[in-house]
Amino acid sequence: MSFAVNMLTRSLNVFHLGGSACNNCDIEIIDTLTPRYDLERFGITLVGSVRHADVLLVTGVFNKKSAIRLKRVYQEAAKPVVVIAIGACACTGNMFQKSYNWDVPVDKYIPVDAYLPGCPPKPEAMIMAVVKLVKKLRGAK
Amino acid sequence: MDLGYLILQVLVFPGLLFTAVAGLITSWVDRKVTARVQMRVGPPFLQPFYDVLKLMIKETCIPAGTARGLFLSAPLFGMAAAALASLLIWRAFLVPGQTFSGDIIVILYLLTIPAVSVILGSFASQNPLASLGGSREMKLLLAYELPFVLAILVPVIHTHSIRLFDLLAAAPAVYKPSGIIAFAVAIICMQAKLTLVPFDAPEAETELTGGAYVEYSGPPLGVFKLTRAMMLFTMPIFLVAIFCNGIAFDKGALPILLGVLKYLGLVVVVVLIRNTAPRLRIDQAVKFFWGPVTLAALVAVIAAFLGW
Repeated sequence: MSFAVNMLTRSLNVFHLGGSACNNCDIEIIDTLTPRYDLERFGITLVGSVRHADVLLVTGVFNKKSAIRLKRVYQEAAKPVVVIAIGACACTGNMFQKSYNWDVPVDKYIPVDAYLPGCPPKPEAMIMAVVKLVKKLRGAK
Repeated sequence: MDLGYLILQVLVFPGLLFTAVAGLITSWVDRKVTARVQMRVGPPFLQPFYDVLKLMIKETCIPAGTARGLFLSAPLFGMAAAALASLLIWRAFLVPGQTFSGDIIVILYLLTIPAVSVILGSFASQNPLASLGGSREMKLLLAYELPFVLAILVPVIHTHSIRLFDLLAAAPAVYKPSGIIAFAVAIICMQAKLTLVPFDAPEAETELTGGAYVEYSGPPLGVFKLTRAMMLFTMPIFLVAIFCNGIAFDKGALPILLGVLKYLGLVVVVVLIRNTAPRLRIDQAVKFFWGPVTLAALVAVIAAFLGW
């Protein structure tokens, strides 16, 4: 395991990118960051600017207009950056797949490192996703 | 004294490296106490080190239309100034005979440069949110400098000296009523100098998304974070030196322990203020500093002149 990967996985700054979600995933993300789960134990903190981010948490349904912004926000982030698609909408489009303005899933626009289905996923599930992602980055099974 | 020894002092002990390590440990104390106040476990001991080292391996984004030179060099000014201020304070502790008269004034100037570097960096980045953060930082700087200098004036009047070493040797300023008022004023100003809650309007995560630092990424952001940690170490040490005789290194182990405890106590006061106060709007902060705080500092100065 290289020094860079070690440092990255020990200090993950999370940026929350909400793409017109119904807000349930967003609420669950905020719940995950509350004192009850205390993610600062593992060095995970929420940041306000995408330039400071190591992890993009993408929620919601991206339509033809907001998908352009999604791509732009991803380009603005300082690399290396990993992306987690949170909720069924960001992973697959959920029940909006037949909708007139739905475009494509998030992973058609930006590379997604972890998919976290659920409507909405529980905070425990999000922590599990982060643990799996850290393991993947470190090259463990 | 040869040049190599001097450079070693500036770069390693008690200059840059020592201040950086001590600052990161202090920022761990800050985060841990915050976590305990919020009934959490809090980050591991090395977390601030991980945070800064991680930023060193990240990409540096330079937005289009940015003044490149200023954008990239602004963090370095701040870090250099914080390290130099710490160096001057620690030299007064460690080698008392070799300090010069007027070093308090030099330290006061050096301690304003980190704020100036944030202002320069934010305006160089051409981001509207960063500009707002920069202008708020500037207003805050104008607001707290006057009461801060007045508060520092009180122990200077008591001892009739502007050399830090003379203040360390004299009776502590907090033993007199005017010193207590000045100390309280200085703690409030320190909170603003560190841009911590309730005076964190320049960063205001929720409204300005990081404020002055919004466009910074990678190593320059890491240097800014390091500078903040170094200021969190330097400012309480400066106040402990000015008002409470600092840390005495020539009288054995117990005074050293007492000095470190004084310093840690002041840090915990800062952290508790930051955890129990809501953020003030920038106009409220300026009114607060130019109104009651300056008035209290003036009262303290007049009392010090009268010998109280």
